Amino acid sequence: MTATFERGLNALREQIDAPVASFFSSCVSCGLCAEACIFYRETEDPKYTPINKVEPMRKLWKREYTLFGRLGKYLGLAPQITDEELTEWETLVYDSCTMCGRCTMVCPVGNDITMMIRKMREGMSASGHGPVELMGAAVRHTDGTSPMGDLTKALLKRVEQASAVTGIEIEVDKPGVDYMLMLSSHEIASGEEMIASVAKIMDKAGKTWTISTEGFEATNVGIQLGNKDVAANLVSRIVNAAEKLGVKTVISPECGHAYQAIRWEGPNLIGREYPFEVRHIIEVLEQFRAEGKLKTNGKDDSRITFHDPCQVVRRGGVCKEPRNLLNMVASDFVETDDAGTMNWCCSGGGGVGANQRANDIQAKAFNMKKRQFEKVNPEKVVTMCAFCHSTLEDQLEANDMDEIEVLGLTEMMAEYLEE
Amino acid sequence: MNNPYFDLLMWARGPGFDIALTVFVAGLLIRVLEILVLGRKRDFSKAKGSPVGQGIKTIFTRSVPRKGLVKFAPITYIGGYVFHIGFLVAFFFFAPHIALIYDLIGISYPAMGRVIIESATALAIIAIIALFWSRMTDPVRRALTTWQDYLLLVLSALPLITGYVAVNKLFGDGTLMLALHILSAEALMVAFPFTKLTHAFTFVISRYYNGAIQGRKGAES
Repeated sequence: MTATFERGLNALREQIDAPVASFFSSCVSCGLCAEACIFYRETEDPKYTPINKVEPMRKLWKREYTLFGRLGKYLGLAPQITDEELTEWETLVYDSCTMCGRCTMVCPVGNDITMMIRKMREGMSASGHGPVELMGAAVRHTDGTSPMGDLTKALLKRVEQASAVTGIEIEVDKPGVDYMLMLSSHEIASGEEMIASVAKIMDKAGKTWTISTEGFEATNVGIQLGNKDVAANLVSRIVNAAEKLGVKTVISPECGHAYQAIRWEGPNLIGREYPFEVRHIIEVLEQFRAEGKLKTNGKDDSRITFHDPCQVVRRGGVCKEPRNLLNMVASDFVETDDAGTMNWCCSGGGGVGANQRANDIQAKAFNMKKRQFEKVNPEKVVTMCAFCHSTLEDQLEANDMDEIEVLGLTEMMAEYLEE
Repeated sequence: MNNPYFDLLMWARGPGFDIALTVFVAGLLIRVLEILVLGRKRDFSKAKGSPVGQGIKTIFTRSVPRKGLVKFAPITYIGGYVFHIGFLVAFFFFAPHIALIYDLIGISYPAMGRVIIESATALAIIAIIALFWSRMTDPVRRALTTWQDYLLLVLSALPLITGYVAVNKLFGDGTLMLALHILSAEALMVAFPFTKLTHAFTFVISRYYNGAIQGRKGAES
């Protein structure tokens, strides 16, 4: 269906529910959300105040979902949103918001502004206002097996390489196993390390696992673009694959929005509960650790810090798990300021990193992370999101700080696995 | 009657108050109901934490600022606390107000001393001036502020100022000042459902949802 302003309005109307109405009813325009926002803090431009980014949605709510607004409509007191306004808001909604969720944590009346941005994007994309990169990725992923096109052959090659490196047989599409691993296209594109690491860890833990060739891509551009139909289609591929193989648990890999997509939004996108569990890979490793099934040998003596991926930590609740694991393998682990729930975004989340138009503002936003790193002066940064991982590498390089090595936590755990 | 303002005071205490109370209660009921009737879709994801428990908890915990943020917006934070606490103390703990509440709903409790009430009132007025100034000068606040925000600060200040003047007989006719105090409070009540003042009630709902959404995922809120 083609995108039109009317479709956009309808998509936006569909998003307005009791939480949204309570948030707009409660906002007193105190502006405290600005102080939590990486884009406001690094530019000091008031237009980046988070609540301002959802202003068109507020107008629609007031005009159509409040009695006094509806009365005001007849007196000309409740303006209608226009297509021009949505065009103007596009960069605020997509380029200068990584949906990191800090504003949601500081709002004195408890407004989940991040959730409203997610909802706002449904209306934006339906009315044809979205970054071309995300729209292109949505088409490629819908037609193929990943936002990079069809990655099935590449996946099979990586599985073969991982088997060769580890000497462990890895069977794809194996039914009746404990775990089904998903991967992000970044992890497939960059090498066989992730698959090899999981193979080693599962082997030691004595767990059975597989990768489905029918549902392996974890990223979900529908979530970032704000298109629930695209998102639901991509989620259903994973669900169908997991149900077909009859696995107990689906593992969301080191990817932030993938975790939101499959675990929290997914069941609602397809309108039913899953017959399996979903866990982030780090939750799985933490469970193995707690059960004594993940044992390591030796420690990395470098000065190491941890970067909290927003979607997994602040908006995902997986906060202490990576620290428990990292402490097993790092002897000089230092936290940055605001580490944990109030971490600062890597600057690339929420589709911003894929959006070329946002390059300049993203580079500015990275200064926050840069100063945090400069303060603790780490030799290595460990994280648990492939997109944070590549964003940090790119931005560190752009800032001549690429002597800092960026590592994935799963790979690091596998490296120190007890032989 | 020899005081020309007596009729005004009687109107303010009688029909005026009844009108204001009706608008206040009915309007707020509408505002709250129009939120709740929208409902929300059932969440099919398996909860990791406790949505209801954390929702209720967040109604209270969100009253405390997150660590390290006060220094970035000191006027908004400190002014906000001083105003809210000052206003609530003056409103709920001044003996004549308690008598009014007893008349209305039959609940009574001990009043606070005059020094506390008057200090709270004065501090709340100062806080309103600071918040007003911040809305005019701070770029973030200025960009968000509409005429309504200024109007509400003025409407919130008037009962405090007139109350202080009336109690201390600072100037003007005592009967007139009391009438003006009551009328200004009634203006505030009438404005409540139509403006951002509604937050004084709906914050419970919005904080609950915030906590419930985060709590479901086992995340902090």
